[in-house]
Amino acid sequence: MPRSLHPGAWWLWALGMATAASRTTNPLLLLLVIVVVAQVVAARRGDAPWARGFKAYLLLGLIVIGVRVAFRVLLDGQYGAHVLFTLPRVPLPSFVHGVRIGGPVSAEGVLGAIYDGLRLATLLICVGAANVLANPKRLLKAVPPALHEAGVAVTVALTVAPQLIESGQRVRRARRLRGEQKRKFAVVRTVLLPVLTDALDRSLLLAAAMDGRGYGHTNTVERSRRFATSALMLGGLAGICCGTYGLLDGTAPRVLGVPMLVAGTVMAWAGLAVGGRRVRRSRYRPDPWRAPEWLVAGTGIAVAAIFVLTSNTDASGLVPSLQPLRWPALPLMPALAAGLGLLPAWLAPPVQRTNVVTRAAPAMAGAA
Amino acid sequence: MIRFEQVSLTYADAPAPTLRDVDLTIEAGELCLVIGPTGAGKSTLLGLINGLVPHFTGGTLNGRVIVDGRDTREHKPRDLADLVGVVGQDPLAGFVTDTVEEELAYAMEQLAVEAPVMRKRVEETLDLLGIAELRNRPMRTLSGGQQQRVAIASVLTAHPRVLVLDEPTSALDPTAAEDVLAAITRLVHDLGVTVVVAEHRMERVVQYADRVIELPGDGSARIGEPASVLSTSDIAPPIVHLGRLAGWNPLPLSVRDARRLADPLRQRLSVRSHVPDRSIGAHSSGGAGAVLAAEGVVVTYGDTVAVRDVSVELHAGRVVALMGRNGSGKSSLLWALQGSGPRAGGTVRVGDRDPMKLSAADARALVGLVPQTPADLLYLDTVDAECAQADRESDAVDGTCRKLADRLVPDLPGDHHPRDLSEGQRLALVLAIQLTASPQVVLLDEPTRGLDYNAKDRLREIVGELANEGHAIVIATHDVEFVAAAADDVIVMADGEIVATGPTADVISSSPAFAPQVAKVLSPAVYLTVDDVAQVLGEG
Repeated sequence: MPRSLHPGAWWLWALGMATAASRTTNPLLLLLVIVVVAQVVAARRGDAPWARGFKAYLLLGLIVIGVRVAFRVLLDGQYGAHVLFTLPRVPLPSFVHGVRIGGPVSAEGVLGAIYDGLRLATLLICVGAANVLANPKRLLKAVPPALHEAGVAVTVALTVAPQLIESGQRVRRARRLRGEQKRKFAVVRTVLLPVLTDALDRSLLLAAAMDGRGYGHTNTVERSRRFATSALMLGGLAGICCGTYGLLDGTAPRVLGVPMLVAGTVMAWAGLAVGGRRVRRSRYRPDPWRAPEWLVAGTGIAVAAIFVLTSNTDASGLVPSLQPLRWPALPLMPALAAGLGLLPAWLAPPVQRTNVVTRAAPAMAGAA
Repeated sequence: MIRFEQVSLTYADAPAPTLRDVDLTIEAGELCLVIGPTGAGKSTLLGLINGLVPHFTGGTLNGRVIVDGRDTREHKPRDLADLVGVVGQDPLAGFVTDTVEEELAYAMEQLAVEAPVMRKRVEETLDLLGIAELRNRPMRTLSGGQQQRVAIASVLTAHPRVLVLDEPTSALDPTAAEDVLAAITRLVHDLGVTVVVAEHRMERVVQYADRVIELPGDGSARIGEPASVLSTSDIAPPIVHLGRLAGWNPLPLSVRDARRLADPLRQRLSVRSHVPDRSIGAHSSGGAGAVLAAEGVVVTYGDTVAVRDVSVELHAGRVVALMGRNGSGKSSLLWALQGSGPRAGGTVRVGDRDPMKLSAADARALVGLVPQTPADLLYLDTVDAECAQADRESDAVDGTCRKLADRLVPDLPGDHHPRDLSEGQRLALVLAIQLTASPQVVLLDEPTRGLDYNAKDRLREIVGELANEGHAIVIATHDVEFVAAAADDVIVMADGEIVATGPTADVISSSPAFAPQVAKVLSPAVYLTVDDVAQVLGEG
């Protein structure tokens, strides 16, 4: 039955793929991960406005690689024996010892930069896939009641951004109607000011509308409980951050990994439970968490687990050698694991088309 | 249901109270229309009903407002959400979520309504307002009329007993406005909801109203039967003016009532048709070359074609009204004619020059455009500063802009911030700024939005004067009564194409959507405005 998968499941799957990608610099594996993610996106994305941005993430990935290579070539090209070409060297004073601009550029250096950039790009693309597959706003709807207010703030911010762009375009066009300004810096005053007053007006209208529709219709709570909630939440979040870092960074001490993550999660959960009790609101058609959600989230976790295990036991296939320079091999186990990540293309239910007839969002806003 | 007891409201820094000693009662199940000129306190009166005034806006409230037994002094807007539903002027600004179905559920979620009940109410409300097919649509893809109906639906799901609407139809084309009004009357008749609605263009609403609250502007308020309030009110729809002229009693409020009384009047009218040519300028009949000639103009946004192959000619001294649904390409055409908007094909010639190929400063000296939100053009702190800047921009003699502004609206306060002006004053200021460059062609995009009857009359005079001076003028608008009174020619657009063009009387008098009230009442005789009728009666 076509329905939209719980956004949490997509995020778990995408983060699993990202974790896997973070453990390797093997370009063949990374490209495989990108292909798998792209395939799933192509198979299971909807037709809503937020589902159209995947190309942008791919482009962003390319830019990341480009920037990485450019910096390596300019700043730190000399890394191996195979010198490709030599850039003129910029003489620097002695106190910036160790920094070098220009000079010989080696194949090892460029290749290393490409591998690193590709890994970063893959992480970005995985997160982008989650964004494209799951409406970020629906994910916010699924946040626990205690985080409801923070969730609303983020939702509103998400709406404001496109509105700002729209009114910016409108005002800039209007400026042309008065004849163009000669001084460039006048833009701050002539465009930014009207746009900001516009945004302020809109947010006041929105606040009034939300108030009139019962937002914040909650019971008051005593101070001690509010304090307990905040303490538990902050501690928990810190724990989760450290734990995630420990898990992603293979060189961190073991204690920082899984144990920290578990402790943080428990604390945050307790905080949410305490805080959630004061919020009295209901939820309309919450996304169910059923078998497909377990399977999709499970494949993501499985992929991540296999990569982590492999990197702990036999990391040679995951990190191709640059010295000596060698063509990277495709290790069997991680390659199969990355292929496993393709399963959600079938495991997730097909998406429901909304048949949106997209009216032109004319840049000349106002036309509405 | 709603009781105002000796209510006075004074905003901070205001010299005088906006409302003074208002005493009135709105009964359950009534549709109550609030009328009055701009700044008379219509929005304040509406805001008082759910406590947004003064809880949200600030100000001092004396007396009390009691809604179904709840005093708004003790209940904040959020505590009245289950009782009063409010829809503001710009529904898009009040949407919290991004699809229709979630928006309908939002208020219920806040009030912790049980999930099965929510589901049922959402379905019922979708059907009630005829928007079931829009359920998964993102808000920004909806048309103006659809947005307005979704906004009404989104407050109705909380099952309020009172619905408050601020100018629900002012931004809509005639057909979309009819849809929204039909939905509102259905709520009153089928559900017994008490509806309080403020509207500038009351000609469509007044026939459905049970009672009218008039705010004359001095802080007082008067409530009564529509016919009795309107018989003495300064502002009234054309049909009431016609009724007063013909001496009908009781005053008719709908076209249907008026037609039943109109037979004697039709016989008294000596000529079958009287549509004066309002353009006295020498150019109107000379057939001399057009001031602006556009051939095959095409405007596209991505895959969407906003304007398809449109050709128009504008002549000096003539006022052209541009009509059509929301999104039919009116704005896009105006921007393309001015040269600042995109144009994918075709030619535009003013004299022998194409405004798109000129610099912005040269283009505005040929064609001046006042956009839909005139405030976009203003960015300085005071009216005087804006005028001085306008003189510099157009290399005009100092004081040119100020002189123009004084002619349009005599009492424009120079030291005020442009944001503090009324809609009409702001429009006049922007028009003056654009006229400072002395363009021969003047384009106005939806200038009548938010103007009361007096401001519209003044705008009509201004447009007439400009035409007499030899300007060619285009006005994009939904306001059929304004078109009937102000325009020489009408162009109707649909789906990016011109579907009708010709003299005003020919185009609008026979159209079901665009015919003004006087034309509908007196048809088959062709009259467009009360003034035309008065003139003939005076002669006869």
